[in-house]
Amino acid sequence: MTDNILEKLKILAESAKYDVSCASSGTSRKNIPGGIGNTAGWGICHSFTEDGRCISLLKIMLTNYCIYDCAYCINRRSNDLPRATFSVSELVELTIEFYRRNYIEGLFLSSGVVRNPDYTMERMVRVVKDLRTVWKFNGYIHMKSIPGASEHLVHEAGLYADRLSVNIEIPIEQNLKMLAPEKDHASVYQPMLYIQQGVLESKEERQKHRFAPRFAPAGQSTQMIIGATNENDMKILQTSEALYQRPSMKRVYYSGFVPVNSYDKRLPVLKQPPLVRENRLYQADWLMRFYEFKVDEIVNDQYPDLDLEIDPKLSWALRHPEMFPVDVNKADYQLILRVPGIGVKSAKLIVVSRRYGRITGDTLKKMGVVMKKAQYFITCKELPVHSVNEISPEYVRKTLTDSSVSSSKRFVTQQLSLNFP
Amino acid sequence: MVIFHYDKTFEGLLSAVFDAYFRKTFPDKLLGLEEIDPLFVDENYTVVTQKDKAERVWKALKKKLSSNACNMLTYVWLSELEESDRLIFQYIRKVFDSEVSIELNLIDDDILQVRNLAQKVNKERLRMIEFVRFQKAADDIFFAPISPDYNCLPLIIQHFKARFADQKWIIYDIKRDYGFYYDLKTVTEMTLETTSLFPGGKLNEALMAEDEKKFQQLWKAYFKSTTIKDRINPKLHCQLLPRRYWKYMTEKQ
Repeated sequence: MTDNILEKLKILAESAKYDVSCASSGTSRKNIPGGIGNTAGWGICHSFTEDGRCISLLKIMLTNYCIYDCAYCINRRSNDLPRATFSVSELVELTIEFYRRNYIEGLFLSSGVVRNPDYTMERMVRVVKDLRTVWKFNGYIHMKSIPGASEHLVHEAGLYADRLSVNIEIPIEQNLKMLAPEKDHASVYQPMLYIQQGVLESKEERQKHRFAPRFAPAGQSTQMIIGATNENDMKILQTSEALYQRPSMKRVYYSGFVPVNSYDKRLPVLKQPPLVRENRLYQADWLMRFYEFKVDEIVNDQYPDLDLEIDPKLSWALRHPEMFPVDVNKADYQLILRVPGIGVKSAKLIVVSRRYGRITGDTLKKMGVVMKKAQYFITCKELPVHSVNEISPEYVRKTLTDSSVSSSKRFVTQQLSLNFP
Repeated sequence: MVIFHYDKTFEGLLSAVFDAYFRKTFPDKLLGLEEIDPLFVDENYTVVTQKDKAERVWKALKKKLSSNACNMLTYVWLSELEESDRLIFQYIRKVFDSEVSIELNLIDDDILQVRNLAQKVNKERLRMIEFVRFQKAADDIFFAPISPDYNCLPLIIQHFKARFADQKWIIYDIKRDYGFYYDLKTVTEMTLETTSLFPGGKLNEALMAEDEKKFQQLWKAYFKSTTIKDRINPKLHCQLLPRRYWKYMTEKQ
């Protein structure tokens, strides 16, 4: 390996860090004789950066040279910053050596676009192909598909990568056009479709032949930048829901806009990335994926934006006091899941254990239910009746926001400094 | 008060269960062999650890419990918490005394406690799988020192054996002074004669492979470069990456 590898690594990690997706979950892969590594289905984080994001994969760019000039991107053509390019062998060796030391779970490979989409995609495919075929590497590989790349290259990538992703970046096409005039939604949705087709075809093949090759077994993901343009939360979450309806879409990531090119007049002036809003969007996303909520229950014409002070589940509950209180000893799982302060795990525990006897407030606490919130929305044997209906949603809201962490309030004031020029 | 003395091994505990059912007396307290009796002892019994007795109890448990619940009992034992043996004893008694399966009855305090404690141990097991950092020694052995709160080293060996099948490695618990060595074929338990090989949790530099320092440096540089400075959040960072693990983690040194 050459000596300037340290410099390259710094530059290309720096350039890749704004891509949020980093999960290593969704598929299992066994080690093979003479091979290195395996993949655990649940995903493993190996470290956490000082900003609190997990490091699971070596998230790196092949090159940060780019022919495009997107306003929100640090690597845009017109930025004057150090540029570097990894050779295929350098990147492969780095991945293997990091993996052997248990630093990482695998590789997340993205790249700036050089010459044209196909030229770039071809080099990326060579990295993942070498890892799998020459090095017999069975760790996780997530590869970014380049918008505009041709179908056969996307297809080849899917044979080696566990997950493929194409970023939407901006939820509304018109806004994307404003910030990235050279891009459009078609060039994003096209490769997404190729990936989906590949996943479905391989699934069908594998039902007939057990050893048919797998295609991106962990499916695909995408990312939207939040707060760079003026979409409301309803628009964002509707886009996510539409994406989740597609069979291969596993995750939508929300990336709070970090003003990396503050000189660009098309971008909003922010003191801080919209961290609370980003967090609320993830909570809403979880409600859709694991709590059986429909998007219009979370946001609708009447409430187009998520409440920054309280989480979306509590917010929904306070708008629907007529659904409460829920009797934890009798109610259906789906209804228990809707109680603020009760998560998927504790809801399941409640349902399995109540066959043995009555559940009390004390048991709930030990099961991990957040009673501070839940107490207003449930009844069980010995709890004093303080239901949301008797003391009013406004009062519950006030009690929960007054005492609950002053730090969330501090964030809210930062959040309000968002203004569009 | 009925007191049982036993040798504080898991096999000993299972033997105690066997003897209790045989004698039809159940201990109010479980003590080590050398431990001194409290006042007012009605009955005092010393358990002799016997492999066949322990195996019979374990087999009977496996019949009545899911493998998941059996694992939980092992996890609770490895927590090494003071009252964990009493808790396991109570749990096993409840299993044997009930006609129906009790493992999902979380309304029962002992059963909920077993579950919660097993979950804590499991959490640290997963963190070990995540946070173990190997350093390559000159003789091509990858070495990783650890010192977890709970004794979860035996629980992570299978993971590393499957994953790093083509490299020799040692994972060593410095706190409890034992470790496991994988020689490309089998894993064996071992104890090092001297701990001077890794002053302060780091492999002695004289013993490092030639390019080990370089990869450590590269990893540190990567860790630093990948942080977004506008979003730094030290509180969250410590919550996700507890300080007690830092001394063995290359990127935090």
